[in-house]
Amino acid sequence: MTAVVVEALLKSAVLLFVLLTATAYEVLLERKLLGRFQVRYGPNRVGPWGLLQPLADGIKLLTKEDFAPAGADRVVYVAAPVLLMTVALFVYAVIPFGPEVELFGRRVTLYLADVNTALLLVLGASSLGVYGLILGGWSSNSKYSLLGGLRSSAQVISYELSLALAVLAVVLEAGSLSLVRIVQAQEQGWFVLRQPVAFLVFFLSALAETNRAPFDLPEAEQELVAGYQTEYGGFKFVMFYIAEYLAMITQGALAATLFLGGWHGPLLPPVVWFVLKVLLFVVVLIWIRATVPRVRYDQLMGLGWKVLIPVALLNLLVSAVLLL
Amino acid sequence: MPLDWAYVAVFALVGAGMAALPLGLVWLLAPRSHYPQKRVAYESGIIPFGEAWSQFHVRYYLFGLAFLLFDIEVIYIYPWAVVLRELGAFAFVEMLIFLGVLGVGLAYAWKKGALEWV
Amino acid sequence: MNAEALAFYALAAMVVVGGGLVVQSRNLVHAAVSLVPTLLGVAGLYVLLHAEFVTAIQLLIYVGAITVLILFVILLTEGATGLRVPQRNEQVPLALVVSGALVLLLWAVLLRVPWGPPAGTLPPYNPGAVGRSLLMPYVLAFEVTSLVILACLVGAIVIARREE
Repeated sequence: MTAVVVEALLKSAVLLFVLLTATAYEVLLERKLLGRFQVRYGPNRVGPWGLLQPLADGIKLLTKEDFAPAGADRVVYVAAPVLLMTVALFVYAVIPFGPEVELFGRRVTLYLADVNTALLLVLGASSLGVYGLILGGWSSNSKYSLLGGLRSSAQVISYELSLALAVLAVVLEAGSLSLVRIVQAQEQGWFVLRQPVAFLVFFLSALAETNRAPFDLPEAEQELVAGYQTEYGGFKFVMFYIAEYLAMITQGALAATLFLGGWHGPLLPPVVWFVLKVLLFVVVLIWIRATVPRVRYDQLMGLGWKVLIPVALLNLLVSAVLLL
Repeated sequence: MPLDWAYVAVFALVGAGMAALPLGLVWLLAPRSHYPQKRVAYESGIIPFGEAWSQFHVRYYLFGLAFLLFDIEVIYIYPWAVVLRELGAFAFVEMLIFLGVLGVGLAYAWKKGALEWV
Repeated sequence: MNAEALAFYALAAMVVVGGGLVVQSRNLVHAAVSLVPTLLGVAGLYVLLHAEFVTAIQLLIYVGAITVLILFVILLTEGATGLRVPQRNEQVPLALVVSGALVLLLWAVLLRVPWGPPAGTLPPYNPGAVGRSLLMPYVLAFEVTSLVILACLVGAIVIARREE
């Protein structure tokens, strides 16, 4: 038992380090890429090519004053970002980065846990994230925060449905809810080839779930200042930020696992393939942000409920017929 | 399998610790200077008037409830998707009936304008 | 005490403490939020019972949807956010007597029940087993569920329309 706990702790620590570093450099990547899209350089002063910028930002933000707005509900105000970040990290307990490998003469799995219902756990975790948004908005005692929090939660729950329905097509193909088995089932062919419609619905829903442009209405700065984050500053703001960027990586990891064959790929080691697929997804998200303008709120809700959900349902039935 | 859940639990605890740790660091490192003006909520540069809370439209509730109902529906489809290959056409017809009834629900909501966000 | 018992007591404590907070919070939002640890603890207890699919349902439906809906309702209801609801009245002693008697009764019953050996073995793949039993022996209940959901949806729309 002790051995299991020690192993779990070690693996968790390594995983957390990788995740937080990846998030920090994802932010840098976005700033660099957005800079290039707008014909400027992006951060390039701190370290070679600006590579130490995330570290500098981290230290700066750790030494920022920590205060709450007047009339804020202190406990909930602090708990909301902590909850959101915890939930955003939690998902990675079941995401498979690669198969079993030989490391220091021991067989080590490149995933923390292979749970029977891993896929549902991931979906459940993203619905837990909604609390961070509502509570952060409510506890700040500010009009913009509350409205932004309600808006984003309504958006996230709507797109959770179409996401779950799109993913069902993958479950149909793989016959399992375990992410490891779903990846193993794609050894012969990636599911994106068999389920292009489901992938499209998944992609649009993922975009909306992460509150990214063109669906970034919760923080439509012209009308809502910064949405539910308006009254947050210092490191608590950073935690919202980390959760948001971690969610981008999570959707990338989900896309890779469910549709793009996970760790499968020729020549390169499995983990490298996985990371490359996630990176591609993240770069596409950043690219979209630099290209597409924001949609209106009624368009957003209409797309979710009147287009994506019916399309995903029809796609599910058609795939079931084809499978039989 | 329960052993795998132990890993999930450990990771959740470590993750929560990781999320709470920076707040402790901030408490140690960050400067403090409080004065009342600093804590005023943002409202386009004026002093906020009235309460932060205002009457919200009932459609938030309607979408919340529709989400709950369709979420239950989706959770019923998951085990079906897992065993469809095994059970074959019979299971497919059962799901067709299930989804047909819920399709009526979606159509009703659509017709009544409950999916309209105006 | 083995690891499983330890996990059980930790989760049970989470459920009880959360439940206590729900009951005694004077702020409605705090009460609703305190439901989250309670429901999560129950999800953990399902894991210990090897009911993994039920855990997922608990997480998705109860924690992810129902409690969010409760929060929505509280935020929509006028003035409820700042409201301090009184938690005590003159009936406290009476309530204590009644709930104490109930605890004693339950305790006595639980101690006397002969807990039989577990029936049968666990299926190897949990969601598959749930799917098979939903679609074969319990198919009628399964189809009726869709009607219940439909009724809820129609009812909600009718009520909300009238409000408008």
